[in-house]
Amino acid sequence: MKLFEYEAKEILSKYGIPTPTGGLITSPKQARETAERIKSPVVVKAQVLVAGRGKAGGILFASSPAEAELSSSKLLSSKIKGIKVQSVLVEEQLSISKELYFSITVDRSNRSYVAIASSEGGVEIEEIAAATPEKIIKVLVDPLYGFRSYHARQIAKKLGYVGSQMRELAAIFLKLYRVAMDCDAELCEMNPIVETSEGKFVAADARLIIDDNALYRQSNFHGRLTKIDGDKLTSQELEAQKSGLAYVKLDGNIGVIGNGAGLVMATLDAIKLYGGNPANFLDVGGGASSDKMAAALNLVLSDHRVDVVFINILGGITRCDEVAKGILEAKNRIGFVKPLVIRLVGTNEREGRRILTEAGIPILDSMEEAAEKAVGIAKVGG
Amino acid sequence: MGIFVNASTKAIVQGITGTQGSFHTRLMLDYGTQIVAGVTPGKGGKKVHNVPVYDAVEEALQKHEADTSIIFVPAPFAADAAFEALESGLKTIVIITEHVPVKDAVQVMARAKHQGAVVIGPNTPGIITLGGCKLGIMPVHIFKRGSVGIASRSGTLTYEIATGLSTMGLGQSTCLGLGGDPVVGLSFVEVLKEFEKDEQTKAVVLIGEIGGDAEERAASFISNKGYAKPVVAFVAGRTAPKGKRMGHAGAIIMGKAGTAQSKIDAFREANVSVAEKPSDVAKILAEKLKRRKNIFGGAESER
Repeated sequence: MKLFEYEAKEILSKYGIPTPTGGLITSPKQARETAERIKSPVVVKAQVLVAGRGKAGGILFASSPAEAELSSSKLLSSKIKGIKVQSVLVEEQLSISKELYFSITVDRSNRSYVAIASSEGGVEIEEIAAATPEKIIKVLVDPLYGFRSYHARQIAKKLGYVGSQMRELAAIFLKLYRVAMDCDAELCEMNPIVETSEGKFVAADARLIIDDNALYRQSNFHGRLTKIDGDKLTSQELEAQKSGLAYVKLDGNIGVIGNGAGLVMATLDAIKLYGGNPANFLDVGGGASSDKMAAALNLVLSDHRVDVVFINILGGITRCDEVAKGILEAKNRIGFVKPLVIRLVGTNEREGRRILTEAGIPILDSMEEAAEKAVGIAKVGG
Repeated sequence: MGIFVNASTKAIVQGITGTQGSFHTRLMLDYGTQIVAGVTPGKGGKKVHNVPVYDAVEEALQKHEADTSIIFVPAPFAADAAFEALESGLKTIVIITEHVPVKDAVQVMARAKHQGAVVIGPNTPGIITLGGCKLGIMPVHIFKRGSVGIASRSGTLTYEIATGLSTMGLGQSTCLGLGGDPVVGLSFVEVLKEFEKDEQTKAVVLIGEIGGDAEERAASFISNKGYAKPVVAFVAGRTAPKGKRMGHAGAIIMGKAGTAQSKIDAFREANVSVAEKPSDVAKILAEKLKRRKNIFGGAESER
């Protein structure tokens, strides 16, 4: 789960990491008031969960409260990369002497967390990492011992700081590691963390992504998942979220339902290979019940662009009889307005086949044969 | 023989009284796996499919000899179950559970490495060594005993490709799922090393998917060290739209790695054949093995 910048900064601030003075606003009038309170030029930042917000025009500078009102009014009525701006963060403009990068994230190959830092933070960090990897400092965190103060000091020193500045910066790094661990973060990033002209360090931007699998023990974030992503999700995607289905809308006309992300991806690849276009990615996951299967079918059929539905199930923990029951349930509830191509093999296959065959629904054995058939039907136009 | 597990493997099931645990214990027993005990805290003294249940791993091991555990407990308790198994000295741990928090997975893998234990998963269909031992949830009728080793990042795709191999008469030695999570216990490289040592395995199939760089690492391992057995790969997600990206840090770690094309290119540069469709894996492998047999005059199958 991605947090907004303002939420991430609130958390950083609670852990004692310096952040700019400012406030979240939802109306231009509030922006003016906030700017008046700050008493210095401000930066006005759209709160949207997309990367490259600055380059897309989501960050504006204002030298007066009147200008802050105008800028925020502009942002609040705009879309950044297709996402409607619903709130804006108004903050003091920092006098920047240097922009640094620091993050804690998961290094999957090394099966550990890793601290990443660079003396060249800012929006170009990815390009810098690609072109001059030597400017990126990485310290793997041994899970048995954690990220220690000497690691933090070592990084601060490599970034070019000594004495009290080194200690101050190291303390911030340690706090960020604490945030990452306490919040079960997949990514906890300050980009940039700024050295001000007074030689102080401030987290000018922050990004925090919480591990969805750990949300059950992150009570601070309970009940806000749909609220946050709500405006950019299609109605089908919202429905999928409620039913616990992994669904992504695509732009074709062949509805796809399968079990297992790998199999569903391979199914999409096969459809494309035969010249067709998938309408969606839908993974019912492992051990789907008949209810879940029926919900999946309802969902895919609710997309009016879909001409044919391709169900590709290979049962392991998923039982074919449950899948078959779900398909029948959906049939009884809504009827089939669109043709179905079903491929069903694996655990309890015989029972699943019996249920569907008795209901007059044909079943195929091979995924590629089924993909070809689905593409054929879609081309004819259903 | 096969790798990691075989006919002499003695296993316990953690979470044996749950729906999935109990259902799959029966199927594993049916396959002939030696399940010597089960563990579910609070259910000690019961029996599941005639397997005695204990409250703790330690208690189970006082009464039974075992070297391996398979874990079916819910995600919030999966790491605890794994630690318990590791602390009791079990050497191979299969974690079927999905949705284990990544922080927990990191800690489990560190502990396992510390004591030289192997973790398969989490979020894996498990492992099966044909004719010997199944510790997982895969349907068995799609497999056939033989000499192809399979390592995969995707459960159902493994079944898909194994079905194709079996139909072509290319049986398998060991098939295992690395697990679908960002942090899992085994990499393709580690499994390749095991398959290379295993006498029964004559060829290897790697089933990858987008995300991470496990495939790229496997490719560079093969091209740097050379590999004594033919390898065929399949990568799912060629047409997948750009998925969620882990901000800047993800891009910094991965560079260009992670896309299907990057993985396919890496494999091809390492002279690993990459199948276009799942069913092509069997065709390519059959061709490779035939050519090899011609070169070696069929002698290698005698070893």
